[in-house]
Amino acid sequence: MITLNHYLVLSGILFTVGAVGVVARRNTIVIFMSIELMLNAANLAMVAASRALGDMGGHVFVLMVMAVAAAEAGVGLAIILMIYRIRGTVNADDMNLLKW
Amino acid sequence: MAEAVVFYVFGAIAVIGSALMITRRNPVSSAWSLVIVMVCLAALFVALSATFVAAMQIIVYAGAVMVLFLFVVMLLNLSEEELGKPKVTGIKILGIIVSVGFLVELIAMSLRAPAETGGLVEGFGQIIPIARLLFTTYLLPFEITSVILLAAIVGAVVLAQRKREKK
Repeated sequence: MITLNHYLVLSGILFTVGAVGVVARRNTIVIFMSIELMLNAANLAMVAASRALGDMGGHVFVLMVMAVAAAEAGVGLAIILMIYRIRGTVNADDMNLLKW
Repeated sequence: MAEAVVFYVFGAIAVIGSALMITRRNPVSSAWSLVIVMVCLAALFVALSATFVAAMQIIVYAGAVMVLFLFVVMLLNLSEEELGKPKVTGIKILGIIVSVGFLVELIAMSLRAPAETGGLVEGFGQIIPIARLLFTTYLLPFEITSVILLAAIVGAVVLAQRKREKK
């Protein structure tokens, strides 16, 4: 029997893999993909909780997370393109003008 | 029983795909691994009787967002030396340790989740009940989402256009 706990643990594992991708990779595009993975893991948790509680509110918020993810990908990739044109790199370590 | 098979098969493929995504050096391989993860998640959504969300997962993520990623990867066309050698630094190891600690906490919290109430309403996860919720109870968040998308369109157009030379 697959319960809510199973889905939440899987969601936690996927979220953690995404977090490791954000801290360990220096290619900005891959960092963005890791963020998408983290959003997807959150979606899985919401859909699983939605079924467990018999309430469809979770599905509605998954659709909103998808809209935010699409907006984030669009603007973020435009910023990466801009940075690549100005500095000729997509390496996060080379983008250190604002670094303290 | 069928749900257990779907959960373990697609859950395992999703975890393997995500691990591949963060370890491949070529961004195109990472993007394809992410597509695999998203398709597996869509299968899990079907197992959770969220059929509309599963369809949206395929159309929006695997269809639109990943195509955007692949376009940018191909537009930049990074060479081998631009990708850079993977370096192991102390801060990365610290970050990974903190992430794993976070995973332990997440799992500990997940195991305390309440039991399922059971019994789904008629048409759970279908498009009509979701649309009814979206346009009644959650109307304000829905409208705010449309403003977010508008802002994203304007932002992407302004950022990505080349500076015009003044005449």
